[in-house]
Amino acid sequence: MAERIIEFDRVVAGYSESLTILNETTLDVRKGEITLLIGPNGAGKSTVLKTLFGLLVPRSGEVRFEGRVINGRSQRALLADGIAFVPQGRNLFGSLSVRHNLELGGITLPRAELPGRIEEVLARFPRIRERIDNQASTMSGGEQKQLEVGRALLLRPRVLLIDEPSIGLSPKLVVDVMTLLRQLAEAGTTVLMVEQNVRTALKYSDRALVLEMGRLALDRPASELLGDPDLNRLFLGGHAPAVPGVAA
Amino acid sequence: MSAGLRRTVLLVAGLAALVAVAAFAKRSEVYLLTLTLVYLMATFGLNLTVGYAGQMSLGQAAFFGIGAYVAAIALKAGIPFLAVLPIAGIACFVVGLALGFPALRVQHHYLAFATLGFNVLVFLVMRNEEKLTGGTFGISSIPRPTILGVSFEGHLAYFYFTLAGLVALAAALWWLLRSPWGRAFAALRDNPIRAESLGVNITAYTLLAFAIGAACAGVGGVYYASLVEFIEPGPFHFSTSLMMLLAVIVGGSGRFFGPVVGTIVIILLPEVLRSSSIESLKFMQKWYLVFFGLAVVALMIWLPGGILSIADRFRKREAPR
Ligand SMILES: Nc1ncnc2c1ncn2[C@@H]1O[C@H](COP(=O)(O)OP(=O)(O)O)[C@@H](O)[C@H]1O
Ligand SMILES: [Mg+2]
Repeated sequence: MAERIIEFDRVVAGYSESLTILNETTLDVRKGEITLLIGPNGAGKSTVLKTLFGLLVPRSGEVRFEGRVINGRSQRALLADGIAFVPQGRNLFGSLSVRHNLELGGITLPRAELPGRIEEVLARFPRIRERIDNQASTMSGGEQKQLEVGRALLLRPRVLLIDEPSIGLSPKLVVDVMTLLRQLAEAGTTVLMVEQNVRTALKYSDRALVLEMGRLALDRPASELLGDPDLNRLFLGGHAPAVPGVAA
Repeated sequence: MSAGLRRTVLLVAGLAALVAVAAFAKRSEVYLLTLTLVYLMATFGLNLTVGYAGQMSLGQAAFFGIGAYVAAIALKAGIPFLAVLPIAGIACFVVGLALGFPALRVQHHYLAFATLGFNVLVFLVMRNEEKLTGGTFGISSIPRPTILGVSFEGHLAYFYFTLAGLVALAAALWWLLRSPWGRAFAALRDNPIRAESLGVNITAYTLLAFAIGAACAGVGGVYYASLVEFIEPGPFHFSTSLMMLLAVIVGGSGRFFGPVVGTIVIILLPEVLRSSSIESLKFMQKWYLVFFGLAVVALMIWLPGGILSIADRFRKREAPR
């Protein structure tokens, strides 16, 4: 089994004192794998990513990266550690050009390294190169997502957190994004992905974690879950069947 | 024509028109135009704080005043104008950092309170520290510059001199906002949380925006002192800060040329109406404040993005993205 690179250890977090979303959540992500985080709407999937990326500070419990506690660390520090986050929805600066969006993604890099890194990203995304001097808001949804991912890759992250990348994309583009994530994982990047498009995402993932009401309800290899006749029931609001060895 | 080219042509045409108009204008009108340019330096700077960093500052007139008093004292001591500019700018930048650093660490609206208190304090110092500031009597006989043997003593010469200074200041800000690291200011304006998620140090950039904005006001203050040749605390009252803030918001905060429109509407127009001898405008003199207040309220309700956002509305209607 690959080593654990990210661990949540009985993490309690929420958006206010009275609103607890993650309720002693315990889970882990393994190095070099694509871990798919799924579950019903409002289960707290996005909250897991936000807590991991320091946007929410746990009230108790520990979030660990490579064994070190990273509770509430600043985004700059996390980026420097090699964790990048592509949140749900639109995350570009629409008024700026594509190039400027990319440059902002490299704001924490030494100035001299930036051109080389941008070239690296453009080589991977020819479509972005074509639009490099356009205003970001004029790009199609698919292009924007590519740019967001490209921008995150600028820092050559060791861990990529990505929240519902397929939203608003055509099936073909979804496959493109998934293929890209697979390539990254093959090259050693750890990916933690939240996705509603469960069937497609499972095909490209190594492992699936099911979150329900802020707790891990299921932890299985993706291929196994994909063959599970219960799969549909699981995501149509039903409860996960009890699986031996997983604390509900 | 691309939007960038159109803007450049418009800008050059506007500047050329200004240069020509001033040459034929009356002395008092040139004075008023120069005064507007001077205020513009301060509002351009304030736009960085308000429009880009999203902070309310109620103390821009205090920095303007610090610049003016530094200039008055330094110019009278014989320090050349071009040396006084960086002195005043840096002084305001440093004071801005010192004021902004603790304020921005606390909470968002704290800067508004801190700058308000600061403005009141600076005003009191100007009024009461007679030895340094001349108190209510102020400082008179502030000289206008002579640079490399060229005198800018005359009202028209000083207008052109100030215009050149404003263009240089605006160009510097333009360059700053387009430099790779200055782009973070635009990111901050568009969405601070997104910016932070990319590793932009929000606190540092916000503080920097505020301090640079303060420095611009300081520079404006230097030009002001030399323009009016006599300064006293009055013009640096907190109410001037409010007018400057209003100018930025009314023009369209976070738009580069927003302060130009706002400063014309808030600072130049009332003066034009007040000093006008045309009968129909005399009526306006009486009612201007009432009309003006209503207009600002209406604007904030129907056009919260400021006057310059009108263009956006039309563009959106034509071609929705
Ligand atoms: N910014 C927020 N403020 C308050 N509550 C929020 C916020 N974001 C999400 N929530 C609530 O937290 C719960 C979990 O949200 P989220 O993690 O986004 O769920 P998921 O991504 O699994 O759909 C939901 O009940 C949601 O309403
Ligand atoms: Mg979500």
